[in-house]
Amino acid sequence: MAAPLVRHAMRRCLAHNCAVTVRRGLRSGATPSVFTRLLLKLDHYFYDVESFLYLKEWWKTKVVKFQNKYFGYVQKRYGAQIGAAYYILAIKGSFRFAGQSQWFRPDSTGMFSFMRSPHGQIEEVDLSGTLINLNGLGNLISQNKLKTLSLRGCPEVDDWFLARLHVFRDSLVELDLSDCTHVTVGGLAALQNLRKLKRLDISGLPRLQCPGLVRILLEEMLPHCQVIGVESEQGMIQPERQEPTDIDDASTQSGLRRS
Amino acid sequence: MWRRLFATVPAFRAQKAPCRSFKSSRRSDKDVFEEVEDQFRAFRKKAVKAMPGSDWSPFELTPGLPPERADVVIIGGGVVGWSIAYWIKRKERTRGALRVVVVEKDPTYSQASTVLSCGGIRQQFSLKENILLSLESADFLRNINKHLWVTNEDPVDLQFNHSGYLFLASEKSAHVMEENYSTQRYAGAKVVLLSPSQLKERFPWMNTEGVALASLGLENEGWFDPWSLLNAFRRKALSMGVYQCFGEVTGFRYSTQIAEVAEGDFVDFRRIKCVNVRMPNSLEYQPVECPVVVNAAGANSGKIAAMLGIGLGPEESVSGIPFPVEPRKRFAYVVHCPDGPGLDTPFLIDYSGVYLRREGLGGNYIAGMSPEETEEPDISNLDVDHEFFQEKVWHHLAHRIPAFEKLKVSSAWAGFYDYNTFDQNGILGLHPLVANMYFATGFSGHGLQQSPAVGRAIAELILDRGYKTIDLSAFGIKRIIKKKPILERNIV
Repeated sequence: MAAPLVRHAMRRCLAHNCAVTVRRGLRSGATPSVFTRLLLKLDHYFYDVESFLYLKEWWKTKVVKFQNKYFGYVQKRYGAQIGAAYYILAIKGSFRFAGQSQWFRPDSTGMFSFMRSPHGQIEEVDLSGTLINLNGLGNLISQNKLKTLSLRGCPEVDDWFLARLHVFRDSLVELDLSDCTHVTVGGLAALQNLRKLKRLDISGLPRLQCPGLVRILLEEMLPHCQVIGVESEQGMIQPERQEPTDIDDASTQSGLRRS
Repeated sequence: MWRRLFATVPAFRAQKAPCRSFKSSRRSDKDVFEEVEDQFRAFRKKAVKAMPGSDWSPFELTPGLPPERADVVIIGGGVVGWSIAYWIKRKERTRGALRVVVVEKDPTYSQASTVLSCGGIRQQFSLKENILLSLESADFLRNINKHLWVTNEDPVDLQFNHSGYLFLASEKSAHVMEENYSTQRYAGAKVVLLSPSQLKERFPWMNTEGVALASLGLENEGWFDPWSLLNAFRRKALSMGVYQCFGEVTGFRYSTQIAEVAEGDFVDFRRIKCVNVRMPNSLEYQPVECPVVVNAAGANSGKIAAMLGIGLGPEESVSGIPFPVEPRKRFAYVVHCPDGPGLDTPFLIDYSGVYLRREGLGGNYIAGMSPEETEEPDISNLDVDHEFFQEKVWHHLAHRIPAFEKLKVSSAWAGFYDYNTFDQNGILGLHPLVANMYFATGFSGHGLQQSPAVGRAIAELILDRGYKTIDLSAFGIKRIIKKKPILERNIV
């Protein structure tokens, strides 16, 4: 019974002693700088500092969540096509309808209009640089004639997003995943569902340890697909010395030595 | 000092026996004041040790003892135990309101089922509750850094492979697979059925002979690293103030009341007062007083339940029904096959019971098989039976994937399932004979994939007195007492 009380008292004393030792150490030298004094003060307010640091993460999450909300009203009122088109333009992407060559994108002020022109199925979507993630993809699920999807440089596209791309498995022909920092091999394995894929761009993926090997495996997995953006030697360990060529072999065998 | 004064007096000096000094150095020529200062310095050093603030203590305290009183004691430090600890801490209304202690027997986790697991997660079950648990766990894993990130630490990387599960069914079980498919789709799982021709077109390396139907998971299915998940839970729970104790639970102190059951016979109704936690390699134990105990001991849950007298009463009464969880040994073999299937290998589960998944990018695979009921291996140790692979597993593997006729077993390991002999589904909730012990065990190989959701469910039971997100009352212990099993037809 007494032992834990003593232990508790000692723990408190030790904690106090840490602060006291620091102060004692400081007292022996010059007066501490403003920065050090501030740190010591903050030491008393750990949970407040932690909440403050979480604010930045919270704000980023809020922005991403806002960009990926489901436009339920538009979908219900105007239909899935208009809903998808509206969403793409709202997050500053661009798209092209099937059978037309005009690309719809928001202008520099963020305004867009597409309702006046005739519209059909969306065929090509360019979402480069947007904050789309798994939840935002819910707005586009209805587009079953989507042929090209570009996700170049999207920071929120990760393996779970790639796993959800199976909704386009009957139509997707081109996929651009360059510079998506969170994509790994585990997500690329999920692309096995996209049997119609003909072109896949996987350049600039920092989390792939052996891009060359991944390219070979992807080409094996999707035989009709051309994987671009990666050289076959990338990520492989290069041999340190050059292998002797046939000429060298012959010369060594005949007893001549290269200088 | 006095010795020097003594020696300066000639009369005293003469009395010293003449002998050679064996010291090579001269006696130090400190004067009196320096010697006094030396002695003061030594005294001050000793005094600092005696002051409060130093770590000297007159009592010998064993390091690593659990606290004497706690609010919740979780027996078992596997992924389920730490998940429950995390969720309890997350749901407490005031910071530090509940003291949660997790007691784990083995700090090296050498026999723990969590770390020896293959790490798969799937939604292809036949019971709606299992599908919902797995879906919620996948949702948790998808947002794992929002849940389990700790300030100033690295983000959690589970190395999740989204390759999906592929179940193969023969003619006999095709109708079961179809029924399961509709249950899964209704519950929200993304699964697709494939005919043998579609299967052959999709996976040309497979031999589809004997396959009538196949079901492939498209989303939220795959495998990941169980050790990362365990450590993520543990790190976050410790940062929230959960106490971790390495020790073994050797008994309980409980109070007993006689209760009358509906049929007229009397049973002992127990309420746990203290959990006795014994320190590793020692006889010393610490009784931890607590109002709530959670049994998440995995393969050893049956042993813990027996300490409370569950199953030790007369056979006809409720207290005679033993807790049906026991350890079952299962083997996992790492094989290397250079010509094997590539990146598109799903977690393949054949109707013969053989399973296979890809491991890494170098042509390595993990294979295994559930043995027959009559051929269960011995559970006294974790030795691997290589004959089992040669005789049972390889034959089915080579039949299903012809490239596997040429392979090499690089390594193998064995682990325990916390096998529920009653109906192979999890057991969650209170026992009718014990007032304050919650069970979260008996998952028979699915504990890892259901752990985040199960942790939340138990935390809701303890703190909100009922299930709030998924209703898991079907997994209660009542079904064992009433002898009404809810069978899961898709056990691997």
